[in-house]
Amino acid sequence: MTDVEVVEVGERACLVEVEDAVAAASLATWLRGSGLRAEEVVPAARSVLVDGADPAAVRELLPRWTAHGAPPPGSVVRVEVRYTGPDLARVADHWGCTPEEVVDLHTSLEFTSTFCGFAPGFAYLAGLPADRAVPRLESPRPRVAPGSVGLADTWCGVYPTASPGGWLLIGTTDADLWDVGRAEPALLAPGTRVRFEARR
Amino acid sequence: MTPEGPTGVVEVVDPGPLSTLQDRGRRGWAHLGVPRAGALDGSAAALARRLVGGRPDDAVVETTVGGVVLRPHRAVTLAVTGATCAVQVGGRAVAHGAPVTVPAGARVTVGAAETGVRSYVAFAGGVDVAPVLGSRSTDTLAWVGPPRLAAGDLLPLGAAGPLPEPPAAIVVRPRDPVLRLRRGPRADWLDRAGWSRLDGTSYVVAADSDRVGLRLDGPRVARRGGELPSEGIVLGAVQVPPSGQPVVFLADHPTTGGYPVVAVVEEDDLDVCAQLRPGDEVVLRVL
Repeated sequence: MTDVEVVEVGERACLVEVEDAVAAASLATWLRGSGLRAEEVVPAARSVLVDGADPAAVRELLPRWTAHGAPPPGSVVRVEVRYTGPDLARVADHWGCTPEEVVDLHTSLEFTSTFCGFAPGFAYLAGLPADRAVPRLESPRPRVAPGSVGLADTWCGVYPTASPGGWLLIGTTDADLWDVGRAEPALLAPGTRVRFEARR
Repeated sequence: MTPEGPTGVVEVVDPGPLSTLQDRGRRGWAHLGVPRAGALDGSAAALARRLVGGRPDDAVVETTVGGVVLRPHRAVTLAVTGATCAVQVGGRAVAHGAPVTVPAGARVTVGAAETGVRSYVAFAGGVDVAPVLGSRSTDTLAWVGPPRLAAGDLLPLGAAGPLPEPPAAIVVRPRDPVLRLRRGPRADWLDRAGWSRLDGTSYVVAADSDRVGLRLDGPRVARRGGELPSEGIVLGAVQVPPSGQPVVFLADHPTTGGYPVVAVVEEDDLDVCAQLRPGDEVVLRVL
């Protein structure tokens, strides 16, 4: 049993608070497989919302979960990126390296999709080390093109649709991130492991 | 089986300021960032469906303040509920809150709301557009689901079952503008003074209220400073942003958010939220 706290949200929902986003994604995946009756299981930065479920049933289940068990069984999705983003040099400045080294680092890491938010299919990908955290733009761009790959804090994200955005953009992908016609509409659903590959 | 086929069409002549298709909403996709959507005044939508012998998951038309003008290309049965308004078929007044048979080609005018905001138009057979992620509801935050209605659209209808027995007179009493609040997950972000500030206080519905949220103007609710890591949000969540002006999240709310949810509106009172107009006063009552 990992240290978790359950906070009730009205009568039919609760938030389970965990250590970080990776633990939240892992708990959410586990809860979905647990047979718990719930309308929604929503992982976020440090919690999982279980909506449309009896909080008592959630409390009862939790002692059987461990945060540090096997990694989520999600498959690895490979995403090809053209590293030509307008903020690539800025990220390089921030890290004190060359743009090529930014690409090398970004393609050497394995990311985990922890949760979606902001827009359908926009996944918060964890995996950048803490010392690589980058700031957001002082004022967001009014329009970021779909497929843009960005960094903010220690997160990486790929914009599935055109939207305003303040993340530092390092590249672009043609990957089909969001398609409501697919059984799994989000390419990078929570729990998915992600690797980026440079397309020259 | 009824003799009529599944592909009858209803033409949208004038969609008004905002008309959308809504059913009971999308469940099970919040973890991908998809709002639930669904009729904002669930009771009014359910009543409209019931009046035309519809199924619980049939899609209906939801209007916003300004009504809608429709023209069925074949005879249909429909019912209008929700915000009270004048309803005309071929220029003649018909009842609100009752099933009406409309001949092919007749113009159906659902007038501007006289009280409330959202009227519902249900058709026997339901509006049978292709579902998106299991629902025919339009979400106005991310625009998942069928697009908002536009002039010239032709709405397909499903096969109608037998009409129900005419119901006894239906009286829908206006609800008091009171929202009952249960303490939420971040209730401790308000101190005792903050809670007594909320309880029993009258707020004014702000002009930028919509299907995403009911925004309230009134006494500033002082809350603890600082930030909260983004967390999942439920329908009816009452967020207090740094401005101290509460927001009640409705059907098209974002799935996660970073402002503290200090309270949750009782499920029964969400229908009230759907019909409050900008400028209306609403009293918050802490349970």
